[in-house]
Amino acid sequence: MSRPTSQQPVLQLQQLTRVHGTGATEVHALRGIDLDVFPGELVAVMGPSGSGKSTLLTIAGGLDTPSSGQVIVENTDITAADRKTLAALRRRSIGYVFQDYNLIPALTAAENVALPRELDGVSARRARAEALAALAEMGLGHLADRFPDEMSGGQQQRVAIARALVGDRRLVLADEPTGALDSETGESVLALLRNRCDAGAAGVLVTHEPRFAAWADRVVFLRDGAVVDQTLRSDADSLLSGQAAER
Amino acid sequence: MSIRHGLLALLERGPRYGSQLRTEFESRTGSTWPLNVGQVYTTLNRLERDGLVAQGGEDEAGHALYAITEAGREELRAWYDKPVDRTSPARDELAIKLAMAVGAPGVDIRNVIQSQRRHTVEAMQDYTRLKAQAITALESGASQERDDVAWLLVLEQLIFQTEAEARWLDHCEARLIRLSAAARASGTAQDAPPRVPDPGRRAPAGDAIGLSHAPGGDATGLSRTSRS
Repeated sequence: MSRPTSQQPVLQLQQLTRVHGTGATEVHALRGIDLDVFPGELVAVMGPSGSGKSTLLTIAGGLDTPSSGQVIVENTDITAADRKTLAALRRRSIGYVFQDYNLIPALTAAENVALPRELDGVSARRARAEALAALAEMGLGHLADRFPDEMSGGQQQRVAIARALVGDRRLVLADEPTGALDSETGESVLALLRNRCDAGAAGVLVTHEPRFAAWADRVVFLRDGAVVDQTLRSDADSLLSGQAAER
Repeated sequence: MSIRHGLLALLERGPRYGSQLRTEFESRTGSTWPLNVGQVYTTLNRLERDGLVAQGGEDEAGHALYAITEAGREELRAWYDKPVDRTSPARDELAIKLAMAVGAPGVDIRNVIQSQRRHTVEAMQDYTRLKAQAITALESGASQERDDVAWLLVLEQLIFQTEAEARWLDHCEARLIRLSAAARASGTAQDAPPRVPDPGRRAPAGDAIGLSHAPGGDATGLSRTSRS
């Protein structure tokens, strides 16, 4: 868990607002959100339903546009980017993990992971090599030639994380990735996400489960579209005596 | 009497001296409940008085050794066999605090809940990090396997406890919001000026559960003005 210091954030949200509807039916889904996520950092976003968690994530990923404010991904303001730049950024810099995995059923695990690279113009052979390497690095090499329906939910979600981070993408946005999994499997998916962030990725995890949020470096609490609080990064070694923490 | 039985359990593996018991107790439980040597000797004295341990000889370094007696073994068996009593819950400061915060003047109960939630989730983050380390130690086949497993179980208990607390806090907040919405809907809207109680009228819903009607805050003490 590297503490970000002089590094540039991978994701910056600045004074982000999102208003749905107008006049009497106007709903302020987000009210002035500021958030920086650094390489190596996993940030969990918690809050009751309707607090704006998912809206925040879709805007951070360029899937929705804010009413005002900026979203900066790897130094590019995606709110000001043209459609082509935005599409390229979504392919090259941002990975998504959804609750229902969203793997393509007709493709094997390796083909699913290779797909975003192929869309990016990388040769099929190289894309496959990268996909196999990504799967192997995550301990999923044995799943490479399986189709989604031949894998468990937990395995599919791990493949989805591999797909989200294949190539040199460094930002993974995960919306309730453990929602469809039992708690043991959910835990192993979180452990993998944690591991990818320790290896240098930046992650934003939306969850309502404190147990999964606890894997994050920082937990941000949303209420009515605003950040009301966040946990301070603390050093586990200070929690219990030194002897215990070294174990 | 967990220290008492904890020491008996360690002594069942063979005679030990005081500071050795302290070290072993802490390595099993990851120093979650640190003992001082004084506590260990006080407990040993009581165990000896009750005939559950006996002093017997010294080791090479001259430490007085304690050994478990037959009565001590029986006591230990009984402890393992009997569930820990949960029928008279220990006093829980958080539950008492929230109970007192309901309708308390000048207290925004939602802030009380949030500051606790942050603290509880921070503790969970720490425990989760320690758990990840403990699992790594176990998987790497570290030597002290029995202690590592014991420590992992203790850590997971702490995670389950803090998780239960965080979920309960979410639940409290949701319930208070529902109750105050219901109170508003049934005509006790706090936007209306305070009314002189009408003796002929039924008490409004908020009063029925003993909640105050402070102006600016609603029945449950959820101050709307503090919401962003």
